[in-house]
Amino acid sequence: MKSWRRKGGRVLGGFEQQEAAVLRGLVGQIDDMLRARVEEAPQDELAELTGIKTGPSEGPDDPVMGRLLPDFHRLDPDQPSQEDVDSAAALRSLHEPEVLEAKLGVAAELLTTLPPEGGSIKLTYEQADAWVSALNDVRLALGTALDVGDEMPEELPEDDPRASHLGIYHWVTWVQESLVQTLTE
Amino acid sequence: MALDAPKVPFGASDTGDAGLAGFRVGRYGGRANMEGMTTPVEAEQTLGEGTSAGDQPWQTIVWNDPVNLMSYVTYVFQKLFGYSRDHATKLMLDVHHKGRAIVTSGSKEKVEGDVAKLHAAGLWATMEQT
Repeated sequence: MKSWRRKGGRVLGGFEQQEAAVLRGLVGQIDDMLRARVEEAPQDELAELTGIKTGPSEGPDDPVMGRLLPDFHRLDPDQPSQEDVDSAAALRSLHEPEVLEAKLGVAAELLTTLPPEGGSIKLTYEQADAWVSALNDVRLALGTALDVGDEMPEELPEDDPRASHLGIYHWVTWVQESLVQTLTE
Repeated sequence: MALDAPKVPFGASDTGDAGLAGFRVGRYGGRANMEGMTTPVEAEQTLGEGTSAGDQPWQTIVWNDPVNLMSYVTYVFQKLFGYSRDHATKLMLDVHHKGRAIVTSGSKEKVEGDVAKLHAAGLWATMEQT
């Protein structure tokens, strides 16, 4: 990975072939999960008639997708009030399609602008902004799968099955952090 | 840091010492590097610039989480709500130190739109009635 830099109104970076393959693979997996979630949306006649999409009223079972698509209310894990549960379901149904669309959009932007073979890339600020969001979704997914907490070590013992993924998590963190710095400096 | 470090996906030198140091202190859920900064005011007072808590019936809350980076959260507050860097940073630090901050308030429609935008950006946001 070549450090991000700004030049002539563009953001420049560079990726090794292996890095591009890993990043495209991760974003592709998230893209697949998001598309599967889109398919879970109810198909009702009213939606077809009005063109207004509605999403599922229940949150995803999978914890990774649950982190990407959280509830709109903080629900008491033991005894959530029925009012909050109903309201969260209605808000999810109403807004999840637009959240999914935004996440699919930034994933597609990254996949379009990162060649499979790697190499130099040149992004507009708008594209770089999409990258920041897409990288964040990768980090949320990996962080949830790895159960990253406040005290996560830089490295895990070699025999820990999560060790290689933690390395990738830290690498994606660096790619995102340095891109945010480049955009805001 | 060895180039041949096992189990690290890419040559560790690629990430550079500055970068690694950067994200270590920058970890959103981490503890480092915040001593000596002025104590943020109460979260309830940190509504959007120029708005007052007044009779705004709904508010948008952002919660602390261990994955989102401090720099990214600040960036998102600036981008979505047009806040100055200072104000966005203050809200981010409230989230970091107090576990939550109120980032916008207003009508139910406005606030649910703000929560959806924050979810699209990957922040853990919820809404509640004041």
